[in-house]
Amino acid sequence: MRIDCKHVWEHISGYIDGEVDAALRAEIDKHLETCEICSAVLDSTRNVVVLMADDRVFELPAGFSERLHARLEKELELSGPSS
Amino acid sequence: MAQANPEFEADCIRRILAGEKQLFHALIEPCERPIYFLLMSLLRNEAEAEDAAQDTVIKVYRNLQNFRGDSQFRTWVLSIARNEGLGRLRKAASRREDSLDAGTDEQTGDYTPAILTSWKEVPSTALEQKELGALLRQAIDGLPAIYRNVVLLRDIEEMDVRETAAALGVTEGAVKVRLHRARALLQKELAPRLKAFAPKRKGLFGWGA
Repeated sequence: MRIDCKHVWEHISGYIDGEVDAALRAEIDKHLETCEICSAVLDSTRNVVVLMADDRVFELPAGFSERLHARLEKELELSGPSS
Repeated sequence: MAQANPEFEADCIRRILAGEKQLFHALIEPCERPIYFLLMSLLRNEAEAEDAAQDTVIKVYRNLQNFRGDSQFRTWVLSIARNEGLGRLRKAASRREDSLDAGTDEQTGDYTPAILTSWKEVPSTALEQKELGALLRQAIDGLPAIYRNVVLLRDIEEMDVRETAAALGVTEGAVKVRLHRARALLQKELAPRLKAFAPKRKGLFGWGA
């Protein structure tokens, strides 16, 4: 049975994460060979996922670590010896 | 993202509890990013997220003897961060409907992707353009909270499904469904606008940068 585009879209996230079973993966692969729309949807979704994961997209505020460890240092000093 | 290292963590925790307090700095360091971005996702305010992140880390230190080691250390830390964030939201009696508990996975929505007939990959080098990062942050920020939290942990901090589920206190199935919907919403929002960042084709045969 050939799967349709909508069916492919439902599994795109799992497909990207390698979570669909072998049979479904084969069906999707077959569909992608001939469907340029689904190929573009898959490629663009994967592209978004890759770009989001780049550390440059979400950076800690400047000085975040320094302020955190300075506050922590005070806490460590205050907390007497461990019991 | 720094990889979790259970042996290093277990050894560190033992020694900290035995009195080598300074080791706590190194123990918590790999958790800083996920703590902050989870809190930022919940609180949506930089200063408050930073303050909550500091409080979280202090709580982790004070409660270190309660860590049982039956989950990953980072998972335990993130559940403390989540409680800190939720506590602040409740205290602020936030009227925003998008608190972590709001919204169910049953809600219907439009998860049809943006339809394209071809896609030219946007390389990571395009992130040197500040507008691209801003566009991505804006799109993620615009997601409903239950999706945003999952995207933050799964796709931004690259945590696995099990750890994300444990940190957010939801099932693994919910993580997968939410991630799928989040990615579909992001593709729909971003794909038409990302095209502008794809390398321009030069020459008849499409090569050249």
